[in-house]
Amino acid sequence: MRFQENWFQILQTTFMQHALVGGSLVALTAGLMGYFVITRQNAFAAHALAHIGFPGATGAILVGAPVTLGLAVFCVGGGLLIGLFGKRVAEREIATGTILAFATGLGVLFASLATANASTTTNVLFGNLLAISRDQLWTFGGFTLLVVAALAVIARPLVFASVDPAVAEARGVPVRALGVAFVVLLALTITMAVQVVGTLLLFALVVTPAAAALRLTARPGAVAGLSVAFALASVWVGLVLSAMIDLPPSFFVVAVAVLIWGTVLVATRERRSARPAAPAVGGHDVVHAVPERAR
Amino acid sequence: MTAAPDSETPPALVLDGVSVVRGGRVVWDEGDLAVPAGAVVGVIGPNGAGKTTLFQLALGLLPAATGRVEVLGAPPRRGNRRIGYVPQNYTAALGQAVRARDLVALGLTGTRFGLHRSTPDERARVDDALRRVGAAGYADRRMSELSGGQQQRVAIAQAIVDDADLLLLDEPLANLDLRNSQEIVTLLGELRRERAVTIMVVAHDLNPLLPVLTDAVYLLDGHPHHDVIGEVVTEDLLTHLYGTRVRVVRTAQGDLFTRSG
Repeated sequence: MRFQENWFQILQTTFMQHALVGGSLVALTAGLMGYFVITRQNAFAAHALAHIGFPGATGAILVGAPVTLGLAVFCVGGGLLIGLFGKRVAEREIATGTILAFATGLGVLFASLATANASTTTNVLFGNLLAISRDQLWTFGGFTLLVVAALAVIARPLVFASVDPAVAEARGVPVRALGVAFVVLLALTITMAVQVVGTLLLFALVVTPAAAALRLTARPGAVAGLSVAFALASVWVGLVLSAMIDLPPSFFVVAVAVLIWGTVLVATRERRSARPAAPAVGGHDVVHAVPERAR
Repeated sequence: MTAAPDSETPPALVLDGVSVVRGGRVVWDEGDLAVPAGAVVGVIGPNGAGKTTLFQLALGLLPAATGRVEVLGAPPRRGNRRIGYVPQNYTAALGQAVRARDLVALGLTGTRFGLHRSTPDERARVDDALRRVGAAGYADRRMSELSGGQQQRVAIAQAIVDDADLLLLDEPLANLDLRNSQEIVTLLGELRRERAVTIMVVAHDLNPLLPVLTDAVYLLDGHPHHDVIGEVVTEDLLTHLYGTRVRVVRTAQGDLFTRSG
């Protein structure tokens, strides 16, 4: 571990440029999806889908297909499979966990059959922003466009179906179809994000920025904006740090994301405990004011 | 604003020879009743008698196995904007991500695909609904920060924001303490006075609702029945209905009280 004097030149190399563009696309998508992952209380599914992508990636290496394709096929397939296991959270979590374990086993099997070198497997598990190719950038761009456009179309009914499924269904919202669409979008996001931070660290990029944003505000637009900003900051600062100090960018990206989250957690905890207790019963038109006794 | 619906208004809910089957089991049958528009109706019956099923029928979420159903003068259909619905255990799934105001807005625009900015008119209607249920003071708070009574008010605001003509409330008083429970009942009475809305309330305890109820639908011996409230609150009927001894006490205020023992 050593400070690299020429870090600014390193940032201008082609692989760093690819990393910046690719990482930014992933941060944008992950930051937006994170909001919906949390409103759906689906964080575990996000975590599981990343692991389900592992055999997709090693399987692709085994048959000589692009890693992105393998990841996408397994993530989307795994997402649909999880989606089949109904609405009951307890049931779904057990099914998800079981599929997750099996997928990880398959991943190990494929990796050993493919006699993939250790670094390829490591890249899938921990990500490698610096290995993103020009072709992958085009794929990332397409995925980002697709996810953002789809979210723009389904955002409102998706939130309705997520927080209030019984009423949404009565109101005519296609709750089930939206659930499937959401899982497919999540799978595409994860396919990209795995290549940045890997299956094991993915949670920190897809869920953590949105979680931090939600502690600061509950206005939907502001949450989405802040979440994207936090994800972008994690990727950018992470990359600059990895140029300065020759260590894997995955570590720095995740570290920045966690640092932001931790700071927000501590800051809001103090603010929340300082806030006076809410009026016990919602009287009619109570003005949002600080009660005298609390001053 | 008049409370009395004119005689032209069709009944809020009509069942004509209706039976409901779920999972191969007949939930109830021989459903013949008409709930008049503008009534405040308690839906009562023992657990598992099919009270929620009645709501699902009206919402078009469950088809009648036989017979004819009419809601507000038309066959039931999913997505009927004239019905406001608050399901049971409403608050169970709500996380920290939505504010009271966002939840109410979903009742107005939640079914809309595509990007739309909410219009000033829509925002005004959301504010108005929150004010009518007495929730304006915590409109910007997260649902997860609200008490059970406050959450229930917001849920009712969502149900009325689109000017529904029929409100279906499933156990709105469950898990509420005495004071909150009474305030919700008072609110239902106020809503009824403001507009000629029909309100149907599933409740396992009639007592807190008695001041506002005009009618009752009771599920007895596998059939739904309808009557005015005075005919339902009798010792014989309630004892039969709940399978345990129930007494009716008339207090000085003229209130009816039912209690077992």
